[in-house]
Amino acid sequence: MGATRIPASLTQASQARGGVGESTPRPDGTLKVTGDFAYASDLWHEDMLWGHTLRSPHAYAEIRSVDLSQALRVPGVYAVLTHADLPAATHYGLEIADQPVLARDVVRCHGEPVAVVAADHPETARRAAARIVVDYRELTPITDEASALAPDAPVLHPGRTDAHAAHVPHPNVVHRQPITRGDVAAARVRADIVVSGDYEIGMQDQAFLGPESGLAVPAADGGVDLYVATQWLHSDLRQLAPVLGLPEDKVRMTLSGVGGAFGGREDLSMQAHACLLALHTGKPVKMVYNRFESFFGHVHRHPARLHYEHGASRDGVIQYLTCRIVLDGGAYASASPAVVGNAASLGAGPYAIDNVDIEALALYTNNPPCGAMRGFGAVQACFAYESQMDKLAAALGLHPVELRRRNALSQGAAMPTGQVVDSPAPVAELLRRVRAMPMPPERQWVTADEAGETIDVRALPGGRAGTTHGEGVVRGVGYAVGVKNVGFSEGFDDYSTARVRLQVVAGEPVAAVHTAMAEVGQGGVTVHAQIARTELGVAEVTIHPADTRIGSAGSTSASRQTYVTGGAIRHACELVRERVFDLGRARFGSHHPAWATAELLLEGGKVVTDGGEALADLADVLGDEVIDVEREWRHRPTEALDPHTGQGFGHVQYSFAAHRAVVEVDTELGLVKVVELACAQDVGKALNPLSVTGQIQGGSTQGLGLALLEEIVVADGKVRNPSFTDYLIPTIVDTPSIPVDVLELADPHAPYGLRGVGEAPTLSATPAIVAAIRAATGLPLRRVPVRPEHLTGT
Amino acid sequence: MRVNLTVNGRPQTADDVWEGESLLYVLRERLGLPGSKNACEQGECGSCTVRLDGVPVCACLVAAGQAHEREVLTVEGLADHARQRAADRPATHDTPAPPPDTPEPAPGTDLAAARSWQASPADPANSELAPIQQAFLDAGAVQCGFCTPGLLVAADELLERTSEPSDEDIREALAGNLCRCTGYEAIMDAVRLAAARASQGG
Repeated sequence: MGATRIPASLTQASQARGGVGESTPRPDGTLKVTGDFAYASDLWHEDMLWGHTLRSPHAYAEIRSVDLSQALRVPGVYAVLTHADLPAATHYGLEIADQPVLARDVVRCHGEPVAVVAADHPETARRAAARIVVDYRELTPITDEASALAPDAPVLHPGRTDAHAAHVPHPNVVHRQPITRGDVAAARVRADIVVSGDYEIGMQDQAFLGPESGLAVPAADGGVDLYVATQWLHSDLRQLAPVLGLPEDKVRMTLSGVGGAFGGREDLSMQAHACLLALHTGKPVKMVYNRFESFFGHVHRHPARLHYEHGASRDGVIQYLTCRIVLDGGAYASASPAVVGNAASLGAGPYAIDNVDIEALALYTNNPPCGAMRGFGAVQACFAYESQMDKLAAALGLHPVELRRRNALSQGAAMPTGQVVDSPAPVAELLRRVRAMPMPPERQWVTADEAGETIDVRALPGGRAGTTHGEGVVRGVGYAVGVKNVGFSEGFDDYSTARVRLQVVAGEPVAAVHTAMAEVGQGGVTVHAQIARTELGVAEVTIHPADTRIGSAGSTSASRQTYVTGGAIRHACELVRERVFDLGRARFGSHHPAWATAELLLEGGKVVTDGGEALADLADVLGDEVIDVEREWRHRPTEALDPHTGQGFGHVQYSFAAHRAVVEVDTELGLVKVVELACAQDVGKALNPLSVTGQIQGGSTQGLGLALLEEIVVADGKVRNPSFTDYLIPTIVDTPSIPVDVLELADPHAPYGLRGVGEAPTLSATPAIVAAIRAATGLPLRRVPVRPEHLTGT
Repeated sequence: MRVNLTVNGRPQTADDVWEGESLLYVLRERLGLPGSKNACEQGECGSCTVRLDGVPVCACLVAAGQAHEREVLTVEGLADHARQRAADRPATHDTPAPPPDTPEPAPGTDLAAARSWQASPADPANSELAPIQQAFLDAGAVQCGFCTPGLLVAADELLERTSEPSDEDIREALAGNLCRCTGYEAIMDAVRLAAARASQGG
């Protein structure tokens, strides 16, 4: 017996049939509703061990000694490994290899891995880890900008050689990106109204439900097979192989079922630890984090402090913007440099502003490491600039939507980077649409009939607790709009690889699609099969499990997979199609002149002319031939931003969404009920409308969480609430109706005209909700999440 | 210790169970039923929701010993359970229909409205799934799917005792089940859809 529950047969069971533009059901849906879908934490192997990680209880400490003897004596323990046991590279990282596989002489954050244990039962591994004695000397942690840049601040990563080290103002700054355009000094003179504000964003967690997990199986050739939940197999592989001291072809990775990601699986978590334990013990090792550990097992959204100043003329035209965005990157770099680039380049929002002076930077501190999370730098900026828009509208006596309309970005306008937006940018239209949606009824908690009024407290702030029956409840309405980039930016070689094979199986033409795309729940597998059906005119499409036997698909992040891997599949299908036509011409060309003269298509399992005449069955054309094409595909290139001026063609594509939030606030208790969160978004082309709606509603809800609930509370570098008891994500009771208006304005540069969907709705939901609470309460509210005490002043 | 329990209608025995093991661990790691999920193991997320003698519980908070000699229903048994339930019920035509001139105001959503959310069902005629499972697929209520098993067990239990739940009823019944992907709208749609299909006999 080998691995009895491996993903190959347990993450796909395609029944679906639809093509591009249809709401085809998910190919993995049936397995997911029956409980048979194999998530990484469900994997099992005969004779497998369980791994467990010992983590630092301190934010910043020197390790003086580690004593493993007690742990090694626990019956059932097979291995205990520390930094001293590492066979090769000792550090890894997404952009900068600054993260220790296991800490050596210092820990720089709460929860940093110090040792790993393998045992025959997960509880045995936990108990053995608890018997490891680590002698720490605690150090004073760096927790904010002031302590990071103080004259006597310790340098957290001395001797930096990374690409940003030379241009940062201080070694505790990971990366700094200024953007200057126009003449802010001259524009200040023209400004009749100036508004400024300081804003703060708490640390948000991705809180994917499927914990970090995987199974590492040592192989006879000295290599290892790793089944794991990740967002980017090849990025893991690039970091992992050097740590194991193995060539990449001996580290074979297969994607197992992924229970959500949202950016939190871009960095390595248990990958290296499980592989090291498996190679050390010669046995399969499974690691599954529990929720407590998961809060330490991945990076979070950067908390941020932002200072913004906008000046406008009396007609409501913004004359200039200055802002400074300080992101707390925590102990290790992770994706901080790219987050800085996004925060800076999208810092002005979806507005045409000719004169800007923007500065964004990320700090090294001893707080938890921060990196990718849905919205990636644009979320923090959006809360600040949208709060500013409301403030400016109030100062000018304009409706918030009217002020935004007067300054809205549109196609042909320039971003602060100088990049001209060369596809539709319907910012004003999205605001118009979201404003035009019908409003939810007033006093929606009341049902009136002949018998009188009935109150359902569940529809009020406080809900079931029955803290109000409508008294003290005030409604507010708020609007916001945001802009997010799609795809990897700033000159990154962002590509994907697709292999498409077409052959006849049991008399039917069948296409098989193989990529390394990580399906994390977004529905990429659905859309990829739809593309193959549309391009090849076949009903049967098999999606091969994602693994490293094929080239990289890039990351399932940056709203990019439908665009980039979808683009790669479409391109491979086009090449397959040409080969089919060549084959048809060779076999049947003499039967009908249209083979030589007409535009040929594949539809309904046949070769047809553009006039609709069927020339041959695809199955007959193929015969015994197997057409097999593997290709890399790239979107158009981008450029790095100038390190001093921030100018450059930085982004592949922009994505826009707008929200209108309707809230009811119990002003006495500070409790907020979001009654409705309407969203309008331009998606270019909805390849699967049902999935698009699901992305918009899910993204909006994560924005709601940031507005009202979600914050990792960190004090002196220590995480205070690493559980779902104390870190609250929205429940179905917290989440309102989310009507969605989808606009489809094709981007001529993108496959099918599509626009990445997943992130934009996460941006504007937060400021729209906070604007609605401001409208209800009249309070300034400069920080999210908004807590009851911010509303009651207690 | 040894634990004897009935899972999805079948007698099961788990040996060498450590006193601290949860019902969830025994189901997942000892009985080969990993459908119930381990998202928080603190009773906060509902991903491990199973029914213990008919009552929805978080399996992570039930000690394995507490399930001794009791009946457990997991997502793996949901389709069988729904079939059994349908077989145990009187046939629809035996139920007196309400007079046509006094329409009851339906607190739920009617089938026509509910159908507007559906994906084209994969195989509606021959589904071997429980109606709530099919409705989750058709309404797009499954993304990553990690919350899905617990939600299905909870939603199925709701519909078993409340045939026409209002939206607030649905929200209240599912308040203990976290979902991070969907924003719950499609889950609401799925439960409305399953309720509408059941009330209209299809």
